[in-house]
Amino acid sequence: MSADNFHRRKRLNNAVTLITGACAAVCVAVLLGILGYIAYKGIASVNWQFMTKLPRPVGQTGGGIANAIIGSLKIVGLASLVGVPAGVLGAVYLSEYGTKKTAFWIRYCADILNGMPSIVIGVFVYTVMVLPMKRFSALSGSAALAIIMIPVVLRNCEEFIKLVPVSVREAALALGVPRWKVVLRVVLPAASRGILTGSVLALSRIAGETAPLLFTAFGNRFWDNGFLHPIATLPLMIYTYAVSPYEDWHNQAWAAALILLAIVLAANVTARLALRKT
Amino acid sequence: MEIMDTPEETVIEIRGLCAGYGCGDSIRNVHIPLRKNRITAIIGPSGCGKSTLIRCVNRMHEECKSATVRGEVLLAGRNILDMDPVLLRRRVGMVFQRPNPFPSMSIHGNVAAGPVLNGMKKGAALDEIVETSLRQAALWDEVKDKLRQSAANLSGGQQQRLCIARALAVDPQVLLLDEPCSALDPIATARIEELLLELKNRLTIAIVTHNMQQAARVSDYTAFMLLGDLVEFGPTDMIFTNPSDSRTQDYITGRFG
Repeated sequence: MSADNFHRRKRLNNAVTLITGACAAVCVAVLLGILGYIAYKGIASVNWQFMTKLPRPVGQTGGGIANAIIGSLKIVGLASLVGVPAGVLGAVYLSEYGTKKTAFWIRYCADILNGMPSIVIGVFVYTVMVLPMKRFSALSGSAALAIIMIPVVLRNCEEFIKLVPVSVREAALALGVPRWKVVLRVVLPAASRGILTGSVLALSRIAGETAPLLFTAFGNRFWDNGFLHPIATLPLMIYTYAVSPYEDWHNQAWAAALILLAIVLAANVTARLALRKT
Repeated sequence: MEIMDTPEETVIEIRGLCAGYGCGDSIRNVHIPLRKNRITAIIGPSGCGKSTLIRCVNRMHEECKSATVRGEVLLAGRNILDMDPVLLRRRVGMVFQRPNPFPSMSIHGNVAAGPVLNGMKKGAALDEIVETSLRQAALWDEVKDKLRQSAANLSGGQQQRLCIARALAVDPQVLLLDEPCSALDPIATARIEELLLELKNRLTIAIVTHNMQQAARVSDYTAFMLLGDLVEFGPTDMIFTNPSDSRTQDYITGRFG
């Protein structure tokens, strides 16, 4: 009887282990599937011209997405310039200074903002920036992305800052170091790895956002100047090309997707390498 | 008893100190003097408030948000509760229960942290402070060839001596140790104890310890606490051989705690 039970338990154990393993494998398989498919479809259209030339008019083959690559770098860069410091400093407030109650409400608001559909943020920025300025612009696109970025950076970085042990803070305070300096010179360096990871994750997220750019950055088939004109970005380009009726544009959309992935991956890897040295 | 013959200067006078964490006091009406160049041990069972007491002396207690504190702790006649905690902590250093070197800093960086974070520039003077502090903490010979390596690679005992060196680098008058050996093996513990006996020539030391043998070995004075009250304070010899309170007697003979 008991031997029977033992075998049943073993079998059950094996079955459940197999199920959990399979579920984990699905996650990896989906990722590899997407990456593989994009590479397969996109690699054929990626060449030097594609990376360095402007799009050609409809009907002509060839041309590139150089303006979209630079455009994405520009608006994501500007958004990060605002989003990362705001998010990190907010995270410092949450983990170091906020009382339980204020921290709870800030966290709650950040989570709601985090869960807000990105198109709603796009419409909001359209109303408060695009309409008054009477123009679509890179600036409004960056504003929409920064709004999406701040709560992500905030929550990611808060978790990483909290991971720095209390004992480390105490050690610094006990040396007669003022609190702000303890945070700046001891806690943040100890959390730097996590802060960078959290920021790059947020950056990856906004680099792929399309919806909030539809009525802010708008898109552009030519080079743009500064931050006050409509601007091309990779996600917008992919969207426009993918829904077009032209076979050539479909191929370019796949290639653009591959390049967007490569840029995000490069940001991740660079961040990791930068940290390995310290 | 030779120490009783000479009049001793009191560096810190704890008077009528009550402290707690929001709901009631964890320590009540405690009076203890810390004498110059002497080691005072604070012993008692878990939860008796010995850590709370020692953390009041450099105001680390207040870092806990719900903390309350009343009474007086006089440092050279001035109540520390009226002083700026940041300046106070440069005069009254602390070593904690678990070795807590700064993980992102080298050995040199850890010892230099106090002076550097308080505005000292890198250079020969700083290197000298680092060397002196490491020598005082009996760690110099073990680490002098790897000052730039991470402190995380040191053994637990070495890390704790590093923490002592780090505390010494800001040149405090008083050193508080909160169960500094509880995470260490007996050999590392013995080294720390030797070190404390060496250091008391320069400093006034208070050590919280679970370990009665340790208190007996290193301290000149002992305070016995129970459930937040100071039961007895006196020269260590007397506390361990002829305590005046029966509860002290019971504790040191191992009847409880």
